[in-house]
Amino acid sequence: MSEEPEIVLGFYVPPHPHPLLAPEQNEGWGRLREAFDTCRQRIEETDADLMLIYSTVWPSIVGHQIQAHPKPVFTHVDDDFHFLGSMPYEFSMDPEYAEKFKDACEARGLHARTVAYDGFPIDTGSVVALKLLNPDNRIPACIVSSNVYSNRAEQIVLGKAARDAMSELGKKVVVVVVASLSNRMFTEHIDPSEDRIHSAKDDEFNRKILEFFADGRLEDISQLSRDIHGQIRVSKVVAYKPAWWMAATMGQHNNYHGEVLAYEALHGAGGAVIQLTPAEDGVGDKEFDEDDVEYYHGDRSVLDKGML
Amino acid sequence: MAKGEIVLGCLAPHPPHVVYAENPEQNEPFSEGGWETLRWGYHRLARKLKGIDYDCMVVLTPHWMTYVGTHFLGLERFQNISVDPIFPNLFRYHHDIQVDVELAEAMHDSAAESGIITKMMRNPDFRVDYGTIVSCHMLNPDWDKPIVTISSNRSTHYYSNEVMNEQAAALGEAAMKAIEASGKRVVLVASHSLSHRHFVTEAPLPEDMSREHIYNHSQYVWDMKIVQMLREGKTKEVVDILPEMIEQTMAEAEGGGLSWMMAAMGYPDYPAEIYGYQSVIGTGNAIAAWDPNTATRELVL
Repeated sequence: MSEEPEIVLGFYVPPHPHPLLAPEQNEGWGRLREAFDTCRQRIEETDADLMLIYSTVWPSIVGHQIQAHPKPVFTHVDDDFHFLGSMPYEFSMDPEYAEKFKDACEARGLHARTVAYDGFPIDTGSVVALKLLNPDNRIPACIVSSNVYSNRAEQIVLGKAARDAMSELGKKVVVVVVASLSNRMFTEHIDPSEDRIHSAKDDEFNRKILEFFADGRLEDISQLSRDIHGQIRVSKVVAYKPAWWMAATMGQHNNYHGEVLAYEALHGAGGAVIQLTPAEDGVGDKEFDEDDVEYYHGDRSVLDKGML
Repeated sequence: MAKGEIVLGCLAPHPPHVVYAENPEQNEPFSEGGWETLRWGYHRLARKLKGIDYDCMVVLTPHWMTYVGTHFLGLERFQNISVDPIFPNLFRYHHDIQVDVELAEAMHDSAAESGIITKMMRNPDFRVDYGTIVSCHMLNPDWDKPIVTISSNRSTHYYSNEVMNEQAAALGEAAMKAIEASGKRVVLVASHSLSHRHFVTEAPLPEDMSREHIYNHSQYVWDMKIVQMLREGKTKEVVDILPEMIEQTMAEAEGGGLSWMMAAMGYPDYPAEIYGYQSVIGTGNAIAAWDPNTATRELVL
């Protein structure tokens, strides 16, 4: 067992089904598909033995759910984009890692559980990522949910728990985050050829985030999560969480080589395929402005304190 | 052809726990019961429905979330297993659902004519959401009537609770036009809870009722306020304060169900029939019905 986990690559990819189901309908969707294909080739060139996915479109309520079915099989259809087609899948998961991840979560104070049920609805984003990045199931995978009520502390501890389990099993890991940048879609159906980022403001903010990614400044993006949520995220959940989790899982620093392989509109949302490769050099350490968190203590019972 | 009509409107929450507790043959997990106050209320409402002549049940569900318009199930039959993504330990339900496609298309067209963005869902692999299944199972466990499912457009997320209210009202008015033109007798179902803050942990035995209570008192107070107003027939006032309630209690009415149903029914000013109220994993759930027929309208609780 090694002290620090070996994370060979990190990817940030969009959750929409268009690059999988309809890359030919829009040049941008096609470029996203090509970027996915490039990532797939690069993953195949590694000796990674686990692909860990955090999906922002797999919501959970009872703690954090971790996919542990060894071979989930189903045909998935997206709630909004069902007309693009069906997504039949058969994946290979790593139940051993899933169990270790759950145990590591509990050791750090998180409520977590594995799920291993035939017909469990794996979300669109995870299906797209696994089918495009790991089409032959060469690498066993694991998927973790995004708890709708969780915030920064919980996400960071969740990332650290993921690392604990990697270390314990000595895994070489590809980390994948499934999330949009700006997530405001058009609210009407559009001609695919007319797709564009929903607003100039969203586009400009996306491009600023992409500069950070290109510089490998993942921890800085994590630090900016609250600003990102306020600026370009529709308030579906309490916070923009994927950067917190990704940064915590990948080591909480800025030392990566970043590459933005594609950035395109997906029905108005900002979709980017980004690769982060851990590196010795980088932008350097930053003085973080919020507490690092090792253990999740849950609610602080603020409402019960000082009561008459 | 006689003019179609709404013969009953139901507020029918869909925690999968209630189906789990019933142990129907369609559901894989086994329970020792639980949440009887809700389930017994559902049983009574289901008995009432057995005595009503209706052609179709139309459900607006917040668990078919669409951001691009409002969608309608558009195929005659859906056979599949529905596994709850949140509570897969409780709900793995094998279903065989018949859809009234003719009425779904009529509602779709009526909504589109009124300016609402719409889409028919024609993919045979589509999995019907568990909100629809739970509400319909509890209201009609025999599944002997076709349904129409309408998705929940997430205008609350994209705009505001007030915009949701307006759009849901427009959808309700369009639904009513389609029902009247169809000549059918229809039951409307708003499938959702009231307050909707969950506990994020679960008891080792989920049906352990010693662990069940409302998430906090303010949620309870809001729920009781709404129930009281419904008893008093103040449905327009309820819809008017829903934006505030949603803000304060994360109410699942954010999906538009109640606003849609009340608009379709012309904001009833008669008392709702209250069938039960109980918390499920901290959320507040009320079962209520609006019976336009004064001869069969009851004081239930």
